[in-house]
Amino acid sequence: MSSNVKASLFDRSILLPAIAASFRKLDPRTQLRNPVMFVTLVGALLSFQQLFTSSEPFRYVLQVALWLLFTVVFANFAESVAEGRGKAQAQALRASRRQLVAQRRRKDGSLEAVDATALRKGDLVVVAAGQLIPGDGEVIEGAASVDESAITGESAPVIREAGVDRSAVTGGTAVLSDSLVIRITANPGEGFLDHMISLVEGATRQKTPNEIALTILLSALTFIFLLVILTLRPFGAYSNVAFSITTLIALLVCLIPTTIGGLLSAIGIAGMDRLLQRNVLAMSGRAVEAAGDIDVLLLDKTGTITLGNRQAADFLPGPGVAPARLAEAAQLASLADETPEGRSIVVLAKEKFALRGRELSTPPHTFVPFTAQTRMSGIDFAATATTPARSIRKGAAASVRSWIESLGGTFPPEVTASVDHISRQGGTPLVVAEGREVLGVIFLKDVVKGGIKERFAQLRAMGIRTVMITGDNPLTAAAIAAEAGVDDFLAQATPEMKLARIRAEQAAGHLVAMTGDGTNDAPALAQADVGVAMNTGTQAAKEAGNMVDLDSNPTKLLEIVAIGKQLLITRGALTTFSIANDIAKYFAIIPAMLVGAFPAIAPLNVMHLASPLSAILSAVIFNALVIIALIPLALRGVAYRPIGAEAMLRRNLLIYGLGGILIPFVGIKLIDLLITALHLV
Amino acid sequence: MNSPVAWLQLVLYVAALLLITKPLGLYLVQVLDPQGRTWLDRFVRPFERLTYRVCGIDPAREQGWLGYTVSLLVFSVVGLLLTYVVLRFQDHLPLNPQHFPGLSSHLAFNTAVSFTTNTNWQSYGGETTMSYFSQMVALTLHNFTSAAVGIAVAAALVRGLARQSAKTLGNFWADTVRVTYYLLVPLSLVLALVLVSQGMIQNFHAYTAAKTLESGAVQTIAQGPVASQVAIKMLGTNGGGFFNANAAHPFENPTPLSNFLQMLAIFSIPSALTYYLGRVVKNQRHGWAVWSAMALMFLAGVFVAWRAEAVGNPIHQKAGLAVADGNLEGKEVRFGVFNSALFATITTDASCGAVNAMHDSFTPLGGLVPLFNIQTGEVIFGGVGAGLYGMLIFVVLAVFIAGLMVGRTPEYLGKKIEAYDVKLVMLVLMVLAAALLGSTAWASVSTWGQAGLNNAGPHGFSEILYAYSSSVGNNGSAFAGLTANPADGNPHYNTTLAFAMLVGRFLMIVPILALAGNLASKRLIPASAGTFRTEGATFVVLLIGTVLLVGALTHLPALAIGPVVEHYLMHAGTLF
Repeated sequence: MSSNVKASLFDRSILLPAIAASFRKLDPRTQLRNPVMFVTLVGALLSFQQLFTSSEPFRYVLQVALWLLFTVVFANFAESVAEGRGKAQAQALRASRRQLVAQRRRKDGSLEAVDATALRKGDLVVVAAGQLIPGDGEVIEGAASVDESAITGESAPVIREAGVDRSAVTGGTAVLSDSLVIRITANPGEGFLDHMISLVEGATRQKTPNEIALTILLSALTFIFLLVILTLRPFGAYSNVAFSITTLIALLVCLIPTTIGGLLSAIGIAGMDRLLQRNVLAMSGRAVEAAGDIDVLLLDKTGTITLGNRQAADFLPGPGVAPARLAEAAQLASLADETPEGRSIVVLAKEKFALRGRELSTPPHTFVPFTAQTRMSGIDFAATATTPARSIRKGAAASVRSWIESLGGTFPPEVTASVDHISRQGGTPLVVAEGREVLGVIFLKDVVKGGIKERFAQLRAMGIRTVMITGDNPLTAAAIAAEAGVDDFLAQATPEMKLARIRAEQAAGHLVAMTGDGTNDAPALAQADVGVAMNTGTQAAKEAGNMVDLDSNPTKLLEIVAIGKQLLITRGALTTFSIANDIAKYFAIIPAMLVGAFPAIAPLNVMHLASPLSAILSAVIFNALVIIALIPLALRGVAYRPIGAEAMLRRNLLIYGLGGILIPFVGIKLIDLLITALHLV
Repeated sequence: MNSPVAWLQLVLYVAALLLITKPLGLYLVQVLDPQGRTWLDRFVRPFERLTYRVCGIDPAREQGWLGYTVSLLVFSVVGLLLTYVVLRFQDHLPLNPQHFPGLSSHLAFNTAVSFTTNTNWQSYGGETTMSYFSQMVALTLHNFTSAAVGIAVAAALVRGLARQSAKTLGNFWADTVRVTYYLLVPLSLVLALVLVSQGMIQNFHAYTAAKTLESGAVQTIAQGPVASQVAIKMLGTNGGGFFNANAAHPFENPTPLSNFLQMLAIFSIPSALTYYLGRVVKNQRHGWAVWSAMALMFLAGVFVAWRAEAVGNPIHQKAGLAVADGNLEGKEVRFGVFNSALFATITTDASCGAVNAMHDSFTPLGGLVPLFNIQTGEVIFGGVGAGLYGMLIFVVLAVFIAGLMVGRTPEYLGKKIEAYDVKLVMLVLMVLAAALLGSTAWASVSTWGQAGLNNAGPHGFSEILYAYSSSVGNNGSAFAGLTANPADGNPHYNTTLAFAMLVGRFLMIVPILALAGNLASKRLIPASAGTFRTEGATFVVLLIGTVLLVGALTHLPALAIGPVVEHYLMHAGTLF
C-alpha cells in the first residue's frame, strides 16, 4: 500500500513543463472552456490596447495589463501543475510496460513475437516465468505467482490462476514462476491505466455534474459583474466622472470569481490524483464526486471488518475433563497445522496453560492432515512401553460426532451446548476428541480489526451507514456486527441479495458504495453508485465497477469517500472565499474611482491606500497572486475531518467566508505599501 | 434613538408579528389545500363552488409547472387589459363625480402593469386622476388578485420542495380563488372596519370645498372609499395610495394605531408564509430560520435608517435649523422620525411601497436603507408570496455554495441542487440585475431621464436608481422628486418603468415555477448527520450573508455614486 510517486507540491520536473503549458494554454480556444478566465483574458488584451489610447500613466496601464495576463497564466499554471502531478504518477505506472515483446499464440498453437502495442482484444499470449505481462487480460490457462509490485507497491507475489475469481492480470506486472496463457482484454491505449492517464491529462476530461453547476454559477456571476461594470460608465457620465477603461477592466477582473474559476479544474484533477496516490483508479471524475455523496457502505466482512483468519480464544472442556488436558490435546492436534487458526491454538495453549510445544521425536507419531472427506485433522501416537497409543482429532462438531459414534462413544450434551453457545457468540467451534472421548471445544473467533469500530463511529458522525456483508449465518453475523459496530448486516449473503439490497437502499434515496472482486459481484458493482473492483478481481468485475483498487484492499472504500468529500469541500470553500474577497476589492477600487471627482469621499478609503492608482493596482495584484497562493490548497484539498455537517460548515464558513472577507483587506494593504515603496506607480 | 416609547413600539411590533405568524400560517395551510377546512367554510364555500362552476374550474385537477405558468400568465394578461381599458375610458364609466378624463395611453399602460404586477407604482396622484370606479374596480381588483397570484406562486414552490417524484404543483385557479376568498377578502373586511373606527373615511362623496382661516382661501378636501382600499393595499403589500400623499394623508392614516396596524398588515401574510413553508415541508425549524433571517435583517435596516434620521442633517444643525428630534423634512410630525423610519423600512422590506413619509427627504444613509432593501430583492418578509419565493432563491444559492463545504452534492430539504436548478436561480438574479442596472443607466444619461429630475447631482441619480429599483422589485414606492409623467407627455418613464415592472414580476415568476416543477420531480434524500442543515444559527447567518453579499456586490457601485457620495458631500457642506 505504498504510493508510487510522492511528488512534492512543486517538483522541478513538474514545474518547468507546467510553466510552459501555462503560456500554451493562453490560446483563446482553450480559455473558452472556462468563461471566467476567458473574460479575464479578453480584459487583459483590451488593457494592452489601452496602452496606446489611454491618457493614464503608461506604466500603470502596462502593469495592470500584465497582471491581468498573469491572472490567466496563474490559473493555467494551477491546472498544468495538477495535470503534471497526475501525469507523473500515471507515467510511473505506464513506464513499466513500454517496449514489451509479447509471445502471441497463433490459431494453430504456434507462437510469434510481436510488439505489445500490436496486441488487440481477444489475442492470446503466453507469458513464461521471468517475463512481463504485456497487457491487461484474463488468465485462461495455468496458474502462476505474479509480482504486482509495479502497480501496487506490494512486494509479496500473488497467485493468479484460470477459472477462479482472481484471474485478472494487469499489464506491466511480472510472472515469477510457472507460465500463463492470457486473453488480452483491452486494446493498447484502452486499458485502465491509459484511461486514467487520459483523465488526468485532460484530453478526455469531462466536467462532472457538480462542476457544471458550479461553472453555471460562476458564469452567471461573471455576467452580473459585467453588467455592473458596463453600467458604471453611464452612471459616471451622469456624475461627470469619466471612468477609464483600464480601471473598469481592473475592477471587472477583480470582481469576477477568478480565484475559483482559475482553480476549478485543478481541484478536480487533484481529486483524481489523490485517488491515484492511494492506488485507486477512477474511471471518471463523476465517480470521485459521487463518492462524496455516499451514505451507505456495503462492506465485506472478511478482510475489511475482520482479519482474514479466525483465532482461538478459549477452551471449553467437556464434563469431567480438566481444562489443561483439553488444551494439551488441542495443542498436540494442531502442531502440524500450519494454518493461522492452527497456530493460534498452539499459542493459546501456551499462554493459558504454559504448555510448550514438546519434543515429539518420542513417542513415535504420525500427523493426520485435514481432508475434505474426514473434515478433521489430528495426530496419532503409537503405543510405547510406557505410554499407550493415543489418537487425537479436532474438527467441526458434526464430523467429530460421527467419528466418535463410529467408535462407539457418545457425544455429551454439555459439549453440544458449548458448540451452540460459541455459534451464538459469532465464533466457530472446533471439537477435540481423544479416542472415543470428547474432551471439549475450542472457541475460534473472528478477530475484528483494531480501530475499525472507531472508524465506523466516525462514518456515522459523517452520516454514513455501514452494512456488513457476510456468508455467515445470521447468529454469527449479528454477533460480529455488534462487536464491530456496523449499523446493519446482510447474513448468508448471495450476489443476488447484494444487488437487491443496493436497489432497496437506492430506492430509499441513498447512494451506495461497495467493493467486489468476483464475476458474480459484477451486477452489484454496476448497480452501486460507487463500485470499487479489486484489481485481483475478474475482468467482469473490473468493467462493472467505476473504480479499481490496485491494492485490492476493501478498507480503501473509507478513504475513497473521504477523498470525494474533500473534493467537494475544496470547491465550496474556494468559491466562498473567492466571492467573499470582492468586498475588500470594492473598498479598494470604488473610492479610488470616485475620489478624483468627489474628494469628500476620502474617508471611504478605509485601508488608507496611497493613491487611486496604487489602490487599483494592488487589488489587481492581490487578485492574481491569491491564485498562486491557493494552488497548494487546491491540490492538497481542504482538510477534511469527520465532525458532522453542522460543525464542518461552521468551521469552513469561518475560515473561508469570514477569512475571505478579511484577508484581502490585509493583503491589498500590504501590496499597496510595497508597490508604493518601490515607486511602481 | 433614546426615546423609550419608540423602543417599546418596536418591541410591540415584533412581538405582535411573532404572535400572528403561527395562527395565520396554520390558516394558510388550510387555505392553500383545496381540501383544507377553515371556519369560514360555511359562508365562503358556496361562493367558491359557484365560482368554480361559472368558470369551469376543476379544483382537483392539478397542473404541471408549465400549465400553472400558462394559467398565471393568461390570467395576468387578461387582468392587465381589463384595467387598461377601464382607465382609458373612465370618463364613460360610472362613479366619477369629479369628471376626470380618461388616462393617456402610456399612463394607463404604466398603471395597468403596475397594479397587475403588485407593484403599485403611481405615476399619477389618485385624487386628481382616478374616478372612484377606476380605483375600486380597475385597481382594487388587482390589489386582490396580484396578491393572490404571488401567494399561489409561493405555494407552488413550497409544494415543489415538499413533494417527491411529482409532476404537478397544484391548481393555479383554485389557489388564486381560495386565497382571495378565504384569506384576502375576510382579512381586508375586518381591517377596513378597524381602520374606519380610527377615523379613516369610506364614502362616495364629491370632493368637499372648505373655507380655511386663511383669508377666504378655499381648500378642496378629497373624499372617497378609502378604508376598503387601504386594507387590501397593506395586506396584499400593494401600496398604491388612494391619495397622492399615500399613508401620510390623514384620511389614509389617521392615528398612531392605524399606522401601527397598517405596518403590521404589511408583514402579516409574508411572515405567516414562512410558517406555512415550515409546516408543509415538515421542518418547522427551517421555517423559523427563514423568519429569523428576515427579522434580523429587518431590525438592522430599522436601526440604520432610524439612526441616520435621528442624527439628522449637519448642515441644518449648523444653521441652527435642526429640531431636536433629527431630520423631520418630508415627514409627518404626527409620526415623527421613528415611525417614519420604521414605516420606510417595512414598506421596502416588503414589496409594499406605501409611504408615510417622503423617502426623498431622508438623509442620504436613511434613504439608502429603503433603496438597498428593494435592491436585495425584497426578501425581508417581502411581498405576499414574492418575499418567500424570492428568499427561497437565496436559500437555494446559499445551500449550493455552502452546501459543498460539508462535502456532499448540495441538498435543500432533501432535494439535490443540480445544474438546472442553479441555472434557474442565476437566471432570476441575472434578469433582475440586467433590468435594474440597464434601465437606470439608460435613464441617467438620456435627456428624458434627466428632465424628470427635481434634484441635481448624486441625489438626482438616487431618484432614478430608486425608480427603477422600485419597479423591477415590484415595490412601487417612489423616492419622490422624480416626475415620471411629465406635463409634456413624454412617455419614456411611464413605458420603461412599465417594462421594468413586467420583467421584475414575470421573468422572475416563470423561472421560479420551472424551479418548482423541477424540484417536485426529484426524489427526497433522507437526512443524516452528513446532511446540510437548513435550520439553526449557522444557517441563519449564512442566509443573511448570501442576501447581503449578492445585493452588495451587484449594487455597491451604483449606491456609491448615489447616496454614499451624497452622504459625504452633505458632511462636507453640500446639499442637493
